[in-house]
Amino acid sequence: MLSTLLSQIVNGLVLGSLIGLIALGYTMVYGIVQLINFAHGEIFMVGAYGGLAMFTYLLPTALKNHWYFALPILLIVGAAVSVLVAVAMERLAYRPLRGAPRLAPLITALGVSVALQEAVRVFYPNATAAVPFPTIFVPGTLIIPIGDGIPIKYSAILLVVVALALAYALNTFVERSRMGRAMRATAQDPDVARLMGVDPDRVIVLTFVLGGALAGVGGILYGGLYNTINIDMGFQNGIFAFTAAVLGGIGNIRGAVVGGLAIGLVKALGGQYLPGGTAYDYVWIFVVLIVVLVFRPQGFFGETERVRA
Amino acid sequence: MVGHPGTRGTEGHSMTRRRTVVTAAILAGALGLTACGTNRDEAAGSGGGSSCDTSKGTLVIGMVAPLSGSLSALGLGMRNSTKLAVDQANQKCTVKGYKLDFQPEDDQATAQIAGQAATKLSSDPNVVGVVGTLNSSTAQTVAPILDAKKIVMVSPANTNPTLTLGQAATTAPARPFKTYFRVATTDLVQGPFGAQYLIQKAGKKNIAVINDGKTYGAGLAATFSAEATKLGAKVVAQEQVGEKDTDFSGVIAKIRPLNPDAVYYGGEYPVAGPLSAQLAGAGLNIPLMGGDGIVDKQFVALGGRVGDLATNVGAPADQLPSAATFISDYKAANFAEDFSAYGVLTYDAANVIINGLATAVGTGTFDDSKRQALIDAVQATKLDGASGSIAFDQYGDTTNKVLTVYGVKGDNFAPIETGTYKAS
Repeated sequence: MLSTLLSQIVNGLVLGSLIGLIALGYTMVYGIVQLINFAHGEIFMVGAYGGLAMFTYLLPTALKNHWYFALPILLIVGAAVSVLVAVAMERLAYRPLRGAPRLAPLITALGVSVALQEAVRVFYPNATAAVPFPTIFVPGTLIIPIGDGIPIKYSAILLVVVALALAYALNTFVERSRMGRAMRATAQDPDVARLMGVDPDRVIVLTFVLGGALAGVGGILYGGLYNTINIDMGFQNGIFAFTAAVLGGIGNIRGAVVGGLAIGLVKALGGQYLPGGTAYDYVWIFVVLIVVLVFRPQGFFGETERVRA
Repeated sequence: MVGHPGTRGTEGHSMTRRRTVVTAAILAGALGLTACGTNRDEAAGSGGGSSCDTSKGTLVIGMVAPLSGSLSALGLGMRNSTKLAVDQANQKCTVKGYKLDFQPEDDQATAQIAGQAATKLSSDPNVVGVVGTLNSSTAQTVAPILDAKKIVMVSPANTNPTLTLGQAATTAPARPFKTYFRVATTDLVQGPFGAQYLIQKAGKKNIAVINDGKTYGAGLAATFSAEATKLGAKVVAQEQVGEKDTDFSGVIAKIRPLNPDAVYYGGEYPVAGPLSAQLAGAGLNIPLMGGDGIVDKQFVALGGRVGDLATNVGAPADQLPSAATFISDYKAANFAEDFSAYGVLTYDAANVIINGLATAVGTGTFDDSKRQALIDAVQATKLDGASGSIAFDQYGDTTNKVLTVYGVKGDNFAPIETGTYKAS
């Protein structure tokens, strides 16, 4: 049925935009320091909790019901909390391991991931269970009158628009700005970049700041869409985002977004049309990943990794 | 931005290494904090006030339940209710010559962690009985471990039929665990009871059935669907979601064109609440019904809507004259958490073990040879509990088949009608 197909495509694009937004953080950090930052999903999670804390405890009640006040404040606070945690993580956990073998920071990333989850569980009130998240945007659903109707929540439209706009802005920043050029230079060859006067520490911190800000915004939009957040949200969506980054070609910004959208669509359409139904929709994501990696190990947009002496 | 393996920072190696060690130590400490720590409660009444003879030592009532994680609202209520029963037994000198300790273990609603908790409890020779678990899936791991050590287990909440009736529960029932008992009715009763209400009283005809694929949810959905079909309703869809999912748009888009007039969900409130909200979000303003796993205030906080329905085992606590004492005692004990959906049944489950222990020990001493006597005493239980009269059939199931239908009113579930299940 046409309306069902279109509904599932919409669902896939919404989930895909969110995953793409998180995947940008994975892909940038990998591009600069060749680290798979498994704690990035938790950066997304702390952004949502940070925003919720501000909304619950600090925001005056008079402002809570006006989304045009509450939404920007929440997005900024969510992004700020995520950025702070991401920068602290880089400074305390990853920078000391800069010269260490690649396995050491990878294991550290897993440790940071667990530590952040447990910290929120222990210190955020009632975070042992899922926590309700306020509807921060226009509530309700737009129903496009095709066939049985295609429902789209307004908060889902917001998520897609903001996610794609931020991805575009990031791409422009990296390709056009001076700092963006420094990032690309460091990614290509950190030693030569340093000889040219690029400070690698600054570039790395900037990478974590950008990735953290996107994840924090993603956390708030996620909460606004599903109206519930929990400490596991970073792990599950983080795994998808990591998969999206690999699928798109890790280290490539466009690849992360395309990979995210591909995963969202595969999940939605696989759950609808493939055998096993929604119980197996996660399986198809990884089937697609494996098939793509067999034929194109560097992902959609990735370049083959050059090994140098 | 594709690069190559980094080769930076060769200077200052000892500095880096020292910092690495410090970071690693901090991390290890953080992990260790969450992983260790014994949580045996020093039961009240051991110091002042009580004058019981406890010269023969200490026996331990264990518990395995989700004390953290998404189902902790239910698990913490269970912990407090058991603690209350144990404290009261200590004050009343119920078990002659012994002091009872209570040792709750967290299973995070995960079978693997529940197994660790059960192994920990069963390796302690002083553990005589275990209250729990909440989830049927965790009970499947815990029951065999405790059964091997002849430790009595009484669950206030497991509803999956196979725990007492074996894999062929409906055709050739055979009891798998001699030490396993439960004071909750099973899904063989609860699913059909829900179907009878939803179809005969609420008049629903086209029902979409969704479950979370876990032992409890899938079992409940199956018994519900069978009865619904038998009563002439149409089950328009059978779908499955993940217990950690938050995005249900895929499932909803799938069932929406089938025009269901109700959704039955086999699973628990962390999924059911958001699922209900997203149904409404997609323009499907139809009631969601579930089993005892969704009866909690959190269901509404997470998105459950007015008009959503649920069945729960037993009768509502505040309508039971027998539960009045429990409720006032619970309030007097000033627990931080509510006794929640299973408080009353958990209190009874704990008392089943305590009373069985009192019978088995008598005026003698407890040792491993008394474990069979304890099992026999529990099997022969005749207790006027807070939830009503409690006795077990040959499989370890409660003979009490009272259930209640609840509906969401305001910000919580309120009872609609209580009845005894009759097969249709």
